Amino acid sequence: MNGDNTTLERLADDPRYRRLVRRRGRLGMVLTGIMLIAYFGFILLVAFDRPFLAQSLAGGATSVGIPIGLGVIMLAIGLTGFYVHRANREFDAEVAAIVAAAEGGVRQ
Amino acid sequence: MSGGTGWPALAMFAAFVLLTLGITRWAARRTRTADDFYAAGGGITGFQNGLAIAGDFMSAASFLGISAQIFADGYDGLIYSIGFLVGWPIVLFLMAERLRNLGRYTFADVASFRFAQTPVRMLAALSTLMVVLFYLIAQMVGAGQLIRLLFGLPYPYAVAIVGVMMTLYVLFGGMLATTWVQIVKAVLLLGAASFMAAAVLWQFGSPEALFASAVEAKTNSAIAGGAAPAAAADTGRAIMGPGGFIKDPVSAISLGLALMFGTAGLPHILMRFFTVPDAKAARTSVLWATGWIGYFYLLTFIIGFGAIVLVGTDPGYLDPAGALRGGGNMAAVHLAHAVGGDLFLGFVSAVAFATILAVVAGLTLSGASAVSHDLYASVFRRGRADQAAELRVSRITVLVLALVAIVLGVLFETQNVAFMVSLAFAIAASANFPVLLLSILWRGCTTRGVVAGGAVGLTLALGLTVLSPAIWVAVLGHAEAVFPYGSPAIFSMPAAFVTIWIVSLLDRSGRAAVDRGGYLAQRVRSETGIGASGASGH
Repeated sequence: MNGDNTTLERLADDPRYRRLVRRRGRLGMVLTGIMLIAYFGFILLVAFDRPFLAQSLAGGATSVGIPIGLGVIMLAIGLTGFYVHRANREFDAEVAAIVAAAEGGVRQ
Repeated sequence: MSGGTGWPALAMFAAFVLLTLGITRWAARRTRTADDFYAAGGGITGFQNGLAIAGDFMSAASFLGISAQIFADGYDGLIYSIGFLVGWPIVLFLMAERLRNLGRYTFADVASFRFAQTPVRMLAALSTLMVVLFYLIAQMVGAGQLIRLLFGLPYPYAVAIVGVMMTLYVLFGGMLATTWVQIVKAVLLLGAASFMAAAVLWQFGSPEALFASAVEAKTNSAIAGGAAPAAAADTGRAIMGPGGFIKDPVSAISLGLALMFGTAGLPHILMRFFTVPDAKAARTSVLWATGWIGYFYLLTFIIGFGAIVLVGTDPGYLDPAGALRGGGNMAAVHLAHAVGGDLFLGFVSAVAFATILAVVAGLTLSGASAVSHDLYASVFRRGRADQAAELRVSRITVLVLALVAIVLGVLFETQNVAFMVSLAFAIAASANFPVLLLSILWRGCTTRGVVAGGAVGLTLALGLTVLSPAIWVAVLGHAEAVFPYGSPAIFSMPAAFVTIWIVSLLDRSGRAAVDRGGYLAQRVRSETGIGASGASGH
């Protein structure tokens, strides 16, 4: 597999390749957007509303900022796990099929 | 405890040095080709690489620095941790697989894939060396201070020992030894931190009880310091929310940008994606790394609060003035003694030392590959250097870098090193990340565009930092900073993106046509991995 131009052009025109790239790209963008909103939402709270983060959560010592901060950490791990799960289950098989088809086309 | 930690620390230290030298000897026998030296032969699994990435990230700054910051200011430490972690999902969603599919040894392979090699690689090598240098100095100074405190050695000797050890790892074992030292250290560090956090939680029963005791401890120390009861209570409560760490909204957002996107541009981290065999392993390694790093920061948070109560209220860990013995960075080390006695203190000290060594080795290797692979082999010899010559240049560079690191580590002994780490992140976010992202994702991107944009990002990040309070006021002694904010990223990063965009759009050169024409092939390869088999050349 040298990735020569005929194979590459065949791949680029393959509707399955186009569909895969579109779907995977969209998933990456959506997840990136969620992470950016969550993180910069947190940063903006730190910048503009410190008393909100510092107030007591349930009358005890634990503040509202603790679950929010831990939530951002958990979200980062969760989103990563979700993407890897989707990619391993769906995208890898599709990539393998598309590449095999394109190379088969060259050999014919 | 005066001057050093005694024989348990020394025994643990010696055991670790022997273990890692053994790994290096084993790796040296397996390191024959450039692939072995730069990329561990491409044979590291996703799980192993995840641990190694986590190891690169759980540096002394993370472990000692963040727990010390929580010890001092409480909640503020968490803001740093979160910023360091949230870059990882972004790396995964936008870059990790494509990096693996396009590159061989350095991120410049990816950034210059379809562009004119000479200018792009020169720029990438320059920004790599800048990031490595600032990161390296910060680690060396931290290492020197830690060893001086732990073993009572004079500071210059301590720095020299770190330099010599790291040179041995990199010189003889290359990426294989560096990776395995990193993995061993990550496992030891995670184990030690887990034990400490568990011991703290066991003692208090619940996080709420821990936080309540910490607030009480801070309140009591404020009263002891002469504060009125109401003011003292406020001081105690303050550790549960954001405090003085971030001074204004612009600095907050700017630091956030640098932390989040700097991760996606750190050369020694990006290099780890070339040690795995394929895109799937690259993906898996990010998942493991994110999980381990997130878990580690949760532990650090508990450790920091535990130290407020167990270390901050124990006169045995304080000097006569009431400050922490050996400086603020020792909070986690003292806590190790409080929960685990002399032997565990020795263990944590050895692991903390190992942490610095492993991170410094990774940084040095990354700097060396920028010089030997990007500058010497690709630019100077235009891809016609043989592997033996390239490896020789790489090893010479390691020696030079080690020497520079030792000298600068000694010179910068008294400097505040926090700004160097944030500067490294700001440069990575401003010079490397925009170049990588647009060269991978935007068809219209051209050689002139990335060179101009990368240069603007690098120059602005450096220049604004010099003009910022951390250098202009604190180091150079001027009355007022020209650039008032703590981090330059909010200006330098968008400037790099806009410059790449405008210069590329206006670029009508013949080279620009070639650059845009090469996008299809690059895109297909980055998406499918076709033609990107691990050890073969391109």
